[in-house]
Amino acid sequence: MPDMQALVNEFLVKLKKRKIEGSQATAKQTAELIRSVISQQRVPYSNQAGALMDAVNAVGEQLIAANPVELAVGNIVRRVLHIIREEYLSLTTAAVAGLNLLSVSDDEDDTEHDDHPVLSAAAVAAAARSTLRPPSLQTLLEDVPDATAIPRTSSSGGDSEGKSKSADKSSRTRKLKHDVIEAVNELIQDISTCHEQIAEQAVEHIHQNEVILTLGSSRTVLEFLCAAKEKKRSFRVFVAEGAPRYQGHLLAKELVSRGLQTTLITDSAVFAMISRVNMVIVGAHAVMANGGVIAPVGLNMVALAAQRHAVPFVVLAGSHKLCPLYPHNPEVLLNELRSPSELLDFGEFSECMDFGSGTGSPLLHVVNPTFDYVPPKLVSLFITDTGGHNPSYMYRLIADYYSADDLVVQRRPATGS
Amino acid sequence: MGAQKKGASRVSEDHEDLTRVPLQAILLADSFATTFRPITLERPKVLLPLVNVPMINYTLAWLESAGVEEVFVFCCAHSKQVIDYLETSEWFSQPNFSVQTIESHNSVSAGDALRLIYERNVIHGDFVLISGDTVSNMSLTRALQEHKERRKKDNNAVMTMVIKRSKPSQITHQSRLGTDELYMAIDPTTKQLLYYEDKADHSKGAIYLDKLLLADNTSISLHNDKQDCYIDICSPEVLSLFTDNFDYQHLRRHFVKGLLVDDIMGYKIFTHEIHSSYAARIDNFRSYDTISKDIIQRWTYPLVPDVMCFENSTTKLERQGMYRASEIGQQRSAKIGPFTVIGNGTKIGDNTSISNSVIGKGCSIGANVSIEGSYIWDNVIIEDGCKLRHAIVCDGVIMKSGAVLEPGVVLSLKVVIGQQFVVPSYSKVSLFQQPTKQDSDEELEYADNSSGIVDIPPMVDTADKSNGEISELLDTQRWPTSQLGSGGIGHIWPFSEGGYDEELRHSVAPIPADKLAELIQAIDDDLELTQDGSILPPSGELKRDSNYSEDDDIEDSRDESIYFEKEVEATFLRAVHENIAVDHVVLEVNSLRLSYNRLTADCAGALFYSMMKLALETPHNSARELLQNATNVVTKWKKLLKYYLADIDEEIEVILKFEEMCLESAKEFAPLFTKIMSHLYDQEVLQEDAILRWDDEKKDADELDKVFVKQAEKFIQWLREAPEEDDDKEEESG
Repeated sequence: MPDMQALVNEFLVKLKKRKIEGSQATAKQTAELIRSVISQQRVPYSNQAGALMDAVNAVGEQLIAANPVELAVGNIVRRVLHIIREEYLSLTTAAVAGLNLLSVSDDEDDTEHDDHPVLSAAAVAAAARSTLRPPSLQTLLEDVPDATAIPRTSSSGGDSEGKSKSADKSSRTRKLKHDVIEAVNELIQDISTCHEQIAEQAVEHIHQNEVILTLGSSRTVLEFLCAAKEKKRSFRVFVAEGAPRYQGHLLAKELVSRGLQTTLITDSAVFAMISRVNMVIVGAHAVMANGGVIAPVGLNMVALAAQRHAVPFVVLAGSHKLCPLYPHNPEVLLNELRSPSELLDFGEFSECMDFGSGTGSPLLHVVNPTFDYVPPKLVSLFITDTGGHNPSYMYRLIADYYSADDLVVQRRPATGS
Repeated sequence: MGAQKKGASRVSEDHEDLTRVPLQAILLADSFATTFRPITLERPKVLLPLVNVPMINYTLAWLESAGVEEVFVFCCAHSKQVIDYLETSEWFSQPNFSVQTIESHNSVSAGDALRLIYERNVIHGDFVLISGDTVSNMSLTRALQEHKERRKKDNNAVMTMVIKRSKPSQITHQSRLGTDELYMAIDPTTKQLLYYEDKADHSKGAIYLDKLLLADNTSISLHNDKQDCYIDICSPEVLSLFTDNFDYQHLRRHFVKGLLVDDIMGYKIFTHEIHSSYAARIDNFRSYDTISKDIIQRWTYPLVPDVMCFENSTTKLERQGMYRASEIGQQRSAKIGPFTVIGNGTKIGDNTSISNSVIGKGCSIGANVSIEGSYIWDNVIIEDGCKLRHAIVCDGVIMKSGAVLEPGVVLSLKVVIGQQFVVPSYSKVSLFQQPTKQDSDEELEYADNSSGIVDIPPMVDTADKSNGEISELLDTQRWPTSQLGSGGIGHIWPFSEGGYDEELRHSVAPIPADKLAELIQAIDDDLELTQDGSILPPSGELKRDSNYSEDDDIEDSRDESIYFEKEVEATFLRAVHENIAVDHVVLEVNSLRLSYNRLTADCAGALFYSMMKLALETPHNSARELLQNATNVVTKWKKLLKYYLADIDEEIEVILKFEEMCLESAKEFAPLFTKIMSHLYDQEVLQEDAILRWDDEKKDADELDKVFVKQAEKFIQWLREAPEEDDDKEEESG
């Protein structure tokens, strides 16, 4: 499939050149790419899941290497791997359950759903999943034994729809792939709607006459604030400009155009202003497994200021930003250091960098990091598309989205599942 | 000649409709210069590693990301190597980016290259002209748009030149990239380039603008703080212009200047200044060093080692600008300082320290090695105890234990340096002999087209040569290889025609401090020669000792005054010896005063100084004779001196000058201070008021300065008490 390789290469180049900005766009494009990888992948009769996972692993490894700092890529790759595992599992258990239905009929649940074979299969799959996986609060709550009320679980990125057809062994080959693609579609859907999902919760958090502080620009934050505004909440926003890229200016402009009372401050004025603020709401680059946040530079300072004045520090993050890695992982410690030209004018400083005279070693070093690490103890609340969560709950949420076997994405000998 | 390569098969001829022409670029993979010799004898410049990545990759990566769709790589010197490299690289298989090579063996200049490309008829629209040694991250969109808009209005706007602000060094008159200071005149509104001079004569310190330039343009702005990035957006006419003017060789020297001078055709060149993005061209070893450091400092982001990964080895950025590839064998006691890049598979031994350096792939570095500010390419072996400072060490070099590279050394490919051998500063070492001088017009990157491998002379054992004997080496036809120590292989090249100074300016090593001091001195001389109406402050008289420091202004004016004094002294001596009339001397001194922008007080001081010096130099045996000499001179030339003593201030200046002399340059006068002063008073050179004022001024000086006031105490007292009588002499002892 040379065609596929070209697509992958094109995306790799984009990632390498840092041409895709923002984790949402990256996540979406990664998911779309992986979807086409899966749809192009020919699956053998036996061990289809393994073949699919190998294909995804192979591509995923390249993608992650292309831009190790953009964690969303790895997140999506792992999510898709997890989806493949789940789908495979649900298919096999459904098939086994189907056989069971014919032979054994003393099981309460099964007899009850005899007339609804579709639902029973799904129920069994869900049950099987919950037995195969350490129980999570969410699965416990959602996968209630009453199978008629199986909700559209978001835990596995939406799964059950595809299996409405009979779990016929002969059609399983194509079915797995089909199901996986369906599920990935849903994942893409989730990513593109995550802003709205998060924004829906805005009214629960922003109250009348409050003062909200944010730093830099984040589309999630913008949507969130505007959603509250639309619900007739009246509040004020302080925007710290977010040097050196000054994206706060853009955010302020956008907020004003939507009719919000906005105050623009410098980053260094945050501490002075924080005592007047009721809540800090910021976006994130990635949320780590321990609940720490990789966020635009300057946010650690804001978080510390907020803690000093006991102001809640709320982080908005779509579920594609949840990363199953811990920040002590050296791969994650990597920060993206951008060009010094964002900080100072080359022409003005050119004589500081004249290596022809003096010792010949550079005396001026400009550091322009993109991200800050905000430790979990400074975060009061995460708002994801599934609701508000405590930092300490993050690892649980991550267990719902990822399988522990996928943490290291690399090519390896095929395994069943 | 140049066969189209198979990469050309992806040419997008089919989707080339009339409405949209793909953006094309011509990349000259040959610098047509010899600045990178001796390395370029063996390898084309564009393939030399810059922070461990061949230069051409930076250029191609930029072209690709800037949205260029078709690139024609013009290969001349070592064309085979360039084409082979491109074939193995990923550049021929990029989507939406086609790379084709054009090969030529007889082009000796950029002009020839463009003429050949014109014959090929491959350029259909506006194109980017760039050489393969340019590093940039600028976005072309704006520049291209501006260029197109200008073209719509005026068909004669054939070229847009990219420039960037960067101040040249005041001391060396060269940019940070080691190129000469560049003067440009630009129309501030239209950004049209009106004047371009990169070879200005600094000794005169003046540039000459055509009068018409000022007459024709309502306003021009003259810059010397712009750097030419050597990125040009050209219209297809540029190629035909080169064909029409077959004598155009050099892009700037001939083409740009030619167009600027030629007002018949009316072709215009415009400039586009970039601010936040980076662009620079590697022209010589100095710019190689500077640009490497810029890359390490991430000015070229995203073209930085940890982001731009070719050849699948990932490099990671650690604290303080340390870039390390994934597989490095480093001993625990090895110290790796800031701003270093270390390539894949390199091994570093115990107690080795490395700072500000770039180290390539697969090197093995022994124990106790110190590497500072150096560029070490791939597969280099450096044995224990070597020392390297500001050197370039090419692929496959072996440095035996204890060898030392002094600043500015370039070791070309596969050279071997013998044990304990010290390679002298700025020497270039190669397996090849330095090619004999050829036509000076030809600026080929390599010596001879057909030259295969020059025979390496057999090893002969002779005594080690010392550093100074470089010229002698030139004579010896068959160099003993042991000129590089026992077991060494290679030749040390004699300095090129530019000589030692040229080497200094363009080497990787910073210019040494003593050389800088020399240059500073030269500038001061320049200033003295050139500054007519400029407004330098008159020099104060007592200044601290000169050891050139940040305080350039004071420094300048101090040297200035010394120089002025010398001139005045020379004039005076001439007057004495040739018996020139006082009036004429006055005229001469006056003209000196005007040209140095001095005050009359300075003239008086200088003249007095010269007189005293004359007195001092006239043979004398005792203090009495000296006094006699002095009084004679003063009496003889008091008219001249008096001419400059119109005011009390000037008289005070003379006293201060005298005082300074007695303290510093002519201590013999110290005991005679009061006597000479009283003589001056007698001759009515000095007025009583001036002496009293001097006394007043000195009242609150510290003790050391009061030596002469004390000596003259009685004289002053006498002046104060008996102002009217001046007939009797007072007798004081010294």
